[in-house]
Amino acid sequence: MTKSEIEAKAKSVLAEEFEVEESVITPDADIKKTLNLDSLSLVDLVALMEETFNVKIKGTEIIKIKTFTALYDFVLARIEEK
Amino acid sequence: MKRRVVVTGMGIYSCLGKTLDEVRESLYNGKSGIIFDPIRKEMGFLSALTGHLEIPNLKGVLSRNQRVYMPEEALYAYCATADALKSAKIEQDYLDTHEIGLLYGNDSSAEPVITSVDTMREHKDTTRIGSGGIFKSMNSTVTMNLSCIFKFKGMNLTVSGACASGSHAIGLGSLLIGDGLQDMVVCGGAQEVNPYSVCSFDGIGAFSKRESEPGKASRPFDKNRDGLVPSGGAATVILEDYETAVKRGAPIIAEVLGYGFSSNGDHISVPNVDGPARSLEMAIMRSDIQKNEIGYINAHATSTLVGDQNEAKAIFKVFGDHMPPVTSTKSQTGHEMWMAGASEVIYSMLMMKNNFIGANINFETPDEDSAKLNIPAKRLDAHFDIFISNSFGFGGTNSTLVLKNL
Repeated sequence: MTKSEIEAKAKSVLAEEFEVEESVITPDADIKKTLNLDSLSLVDLVALMEETFNVKIKGTEIIKIKTFTALYDFVLARIEEK
Repeated sequence: MKRRVVVTGMGIYSCLGKTLDEVRESLYNGKSGIIFDPIRKEMGFLSALTGHLEIPNLKGVLSRNQRVYMPEEALYAYCATADALKSAKIEQDYLDTHEIGLLYGNDSSAEPVITSVDTMREHKDTTRIGSGGIFKSMNSTVTMNLSCIFKFKGMNLTVSGACASGSHAIGLGSLLIGDGLQDMVVCGGAQEVNPYSVCSFDGIGAFSKRESEPGKASRPFDKNRDGLVPSGGAATVILEDYETAVKRGAPIIAEVLGYGFSSNGDHISVPNVDGPARSLEMAIMRSDIQKNEIGYINAHATSTLVGDQNEAKAIFKVFGDHMPPVTSTKSQTGHEMWMAGASEVIYSMLMMKNNFIGANINFETPDEDSAKLNIPAKRLDAHFDIFISNSFGFGGTNSTLVLKNL
C-alpha cells in the first residue's frame, strides 16, 4: 500500500466516523482539533485505524502523532513492518 | 410541612407513538404496538413477539461526541426528555441557571455488553470496542447521558427496580421535591428493545406464544392469556414544586398526591397479594383521599397467569366496595418493563385530560378474579380527576402512584 492510498482510505473513514468534511483533513492539519477529539475519542481513532489497515497501534504511540501526514507515515511504517 | 408536587411536562417515545398526540390517538382507538419479529425466531426464541419501535436518528440533533456514548434506550430517553422539557416550557438557559434533578428508571443495557464482548473475542483487542462501550453498557447510561447533554446539576442517578423502575423514579422524585431538596426533578423510565436484552426472559417461558395474532397476544386479565409481550421505549415527566411552577408560569398538568411502595419478601418472580395491596394502601393513605374519589386504576397486569390473578385479588381486597374502572394499557403496548411505570402515568394522564378510559383490549373472557373487577373491554367516555398507577417488579418490588387532575 502506498502513502497516497493510505491517505485516500484514511480520509474517507475518518470523515465518516468523526462527521467532518474530507476537505478539512489536510496533511498538515492538527488531528485533534480537526476531528474534535478528546481523550476518549482518541481511543476511537486508534480503533478505526486498526480496523481499516489491520495494524496494531498503542495508545502511547498515537498521542505523539500530531498531524494527518504523520499519521499516514506511521501507518505505512507499521504495514511495512508486517 | 410537605411541599406540593406537580407535573408540568411530559414526553414519550413509545410503540403507540412518538408524540403525545400520536399516543393519545392510539390509546383512544385501541391500537396495538406489537409485531412478530422474524429475527427472534431465527435466533431461537420461543416467542418472536415484541413491541415495535424505530430507533431515532439523532445525527444533526446531537454531535458525534454526544451520540457515541448513547445506547438505544438513551436515544429514546433523549427524545422523550427533550419533548417533556419543551412541553414544560423549559429552555436551556433555565437548566443552566437552576439545579435540576434527574431520576430515571433503567435496569439493563444488554446489547452494548454483548457487542463489546463479541468485538473483544473476535479481535483479542479491547481498544477495538471503542470509547462508547463502557458508558453504553452500564445501567446508569441513561442518566449519565441525559445529565451531560442537558447539563442537569442536581440529583443524578438511575433507579433500578425491575418493572417498577419508572414508577419508583417518579415516586422518589416527588419525595425529593416534597422535602424541599429539589425544586424540579426530571423523572422517567427507559427500556431497550432488542433480542439480547430479553433472550433469557424468553427462555423461562414468560412470553405469550400467540404469534399468529400479535395484536391479540397481550391480554391482561383475560382468561386465555398465556404470557407477556416485551416492549419498550422511554417516557419522561417533569416534576416541580407547586410554588416554583406557579412563579415561573409553568403549565401545570396534574399533582402527585401520593407514592406508596412495598416489598413482597416472597418469590423472586411470582408476585403475591399482600405486597401489592400494601403498596396500594400506602399510596392512598399518603394521598389523604377517600377510595371513592379514585376514578381509574391503571393496573400493572402484564398478561401473565399468576401476576394478573394476584393483582386482581389485591385490587379487590383494597377497593372491593368502591371499584373504579381498571385497565392495563399493556394490552396495547406489551410490557414496557423499566419504562412502564413512567409511560403508564403518561397514558393515564392523556386519558384523564381527554375524558376517556381506553379499552383494556383483548379482554374477552374474565377469569374468576378479574370478573370481580370493573374492566372495560370497550373504550369509555368518562371524566375522572384522580387515578392510581401500579407497577410491580421481579424481586417483589412494588410501587403505586396517585395523581390528580389540575
